Amino acid sequence: MTLLLVQALNGVQLGLTLFLIAAGLTLVFGVMDFINLAHGVQYMVGAYLAVSFYDASGSFLLALIGASLATGALGLLLEALVFRRLMGRGHLDQVLATFGLILTIGELVRLIWGTSPLQLPVPRLLSGAVPLMSGMGYPVYRIMLIVVGLAVAGGMALVIGRTKIGMQLRAGASNAAMVNALGVDIHRMFRLVFGVGAMLAGFAGVLAAPLVSVEAGMSDNLLILAFVVIVVGGVGSVRGAFIAAILVGLVDTLGRSLVTAAALALLPPMAAGHVGPALASMLIYLFMAAVLAVRPAGLFGVPA
Amino acid sequence: MKRIWAAGLALGAAMALSAGGTARAADVNVAFVATLSGPAATLGKQLEDGFKLRLDQLGGKLGGEPAHVSIIDDELKPDVALTKLKAVMESRHINFVVGPIFTIVEAAIFKPVIRSGAIFISPNAGWSYLAGKGCNPHFFATSYENGQPHSVSGQYATDAGYKRVFLLAPDYQAGHEALAGFKSRYKGTVVAEDYVPLTSMDFQSELAKIAQAKPDAIYAFLPGGLGINFVKQFHAAGLNHIPFLSAFTADESVLPAEGNAALGLYGGADWAPDLNNPTNKAFVAAFEAKYHYVPATYAAQAYDTASLIDAAVREAGGAGNADKVAAAMMKADFKSVRGNFRFNHNHYPIQDFYLTKVVKGADGKLQTSIVKKVLTDAADPYAGQCRMK
Repeated sequence: MTLLLVQALNGVQLGLTLFLIAAGLTLVFGVMDFINLAHGVQYMVGAYLAVSFYDASGSFLLALIGASLATGALGLLLEALVFRRLMGRGHLDQVLATFGLILTIGELVRLIWGTSPLQLPVPRLLSGAVPLMSGMGYPVYRIMLIVVGLAVAGGMALVIGRTKIGMQLRAGASNAAMVNALGVDIHRMFRLVFGVGAMLAGFAGVLAAPLVSVEAGMSDNLLILAFVVIVVGGVGSVRGAFIAAILVGLVDTLGRSLVTAAALALLPPMAAGHVGPALASMLIYLFMAAVLAVRPAGLFGVPA
Repeated sequence: MKRIWAAGLALGAAMALSAGGTARAADVNVAFVATLSGPAATLGKQLEDGFKLRLDQLGGKLGGEPAHVSIIDDELKPDVALTKLKAVMESRHINFVVGPIFTIVEAAIFKPVIRSGAIFISPNAGWSYLAGKGCNPHFFATSYENGQPHSVSGQYATDAGYKRVFLLAPDYQAGHEALAGFKSRYKGTVVAEDYVPLTSMDFQSELAKIAQAKPDAIYAFLPGGLGINFVKQFHAAGLNHIPFLSAFTADESVLPAEGNAALGLYGGADWAPDLNNPTNKAFVAAFEAKYHYVPATYAAQAYDTASLIDAAVREAGGAGNADKVAAAMMKADFKSVRGNFRFNHNHYPIQDFYLTKVVKGADGKLQTSIVKKVLTDAADPYAGQCRMK
């Protein structure tokens, strides 16, 4: 029972990380109809910058703020240099160009920071653990991640649900051309969405850095999951992204435990060792297929 | 088509001529293949530095003949390794191919290398097929058969009386082989055999399962970045009271990144920096003085490989005759950093294996240290399938 609880916490934590990455992605995709494969590199760049800021200042908080702002700035720079030129072109062009960006930025990161993985220590204040199940402590830092993730999600809900810019965003997500025709400067909105989205991904990267090693390619896997999240949640819907992110996190983490356990119970050990992990890694995609079969536009998507 | 052929031949001849200008027939030409970019680059760097150190000590000569080494970065991509290696082998005659780190690369380049007439020496990758049915007169491994370092911990877990062990490895070929290697010498109960995706970064879910299972020990094969993340998270979860056995998960290639979280973790290996013999002491001191980090098994095995080539070329009177060189290599008449080293009939080593533990060295740097010898004069289990005499 406690194992299930701990696994659920792990799932929520993964989900919130995914949400921070997916929030910007879903808005850019939904409002501007723009596929940005390079969104994930912001996560990696955020983590790398945090290591540098931390080495320079010795403060985790300063590293968090500095690296988040810097990744936001990088997002705006990329928008001005590259993305603006890709607006209104086909998806294939966008995919090609942003995939090129992944390779370029990945190599740049290797040139600047080297190929060895880097480390960011857990801040001293949060380095303890809470004894949630016997024999194992649940790190305080991870609990803090869940709290911060929920706070950011709540903040975004307020901005999107209660402010003028939020209203324009929601309108843009359902019908961008109409919003543009009504006199909203959609390009300015795009820049804003882009900068904030990049900043959130960078923010997620900084928060994850003390848990995993900082290395080139650390975001490759998460980007795919983030796309699963926005498709399940409905393209353009931040609320959908939030719920889908938590669901994907839970399905992945809990599913992994349950499927391997089920495989062990039903199959001989040798076969279970092969079938269990294979099935477990398919789970979220099966989940995505199931959701899309029932709701082709995603949970909160606007049907075309 | 014919014209292209002719042009190709002319070009090839010109390249052979120009190569002949710099390298004499008596010289020793080596192609060195290792993963030198990407997340696994630290492993390739260890391999390269170990080989280069020995070559420098020998004055850039192998067996008294000037050595020309072409360094090839395989990028951990078998097709890239093959393309780059072929380009080098077409431009000049290669006597020795040394490398690589990973077995998938070894498997891809094996046939072309053997067909070219070169001697192929692996200082790390230890494909079991080449130890058994696929053994070859011109192939040598100076490392081990892939399962052996894992069987060390299996033997130790049996000796130490661990009744229930939790196994963890990435879900790919080498991961399954590693756990099979552990089980080959483990007599107790395997409480779980957990395979994680090769791209895993967060192991919180696995840690919860380990805490739930309450095993007597865990065995982990999590190379590179996987190990760095796992070891740190294992420590953060306060699970360090569970004996941690491993291979390639807490060695010198990842210890700088793992930091103090790795202190006290056990590993199985054919070598450790504090292995007590004069050759090894001199090697470790020279290595640290030159490269300012602690060598791992990769560097030690590459260093031995350079010593081996040196001895064999000297014995055979040059690198020209591959059969003669191979016969000289079998004698393994060199001072190994592993002390006790000789080749079995399948061209894999017969050597000792140790249980190692992560400690803080005198200079404050983390390194593995030998706890006890677990296997003496161990030969790999595939040697019986090899028809070579």
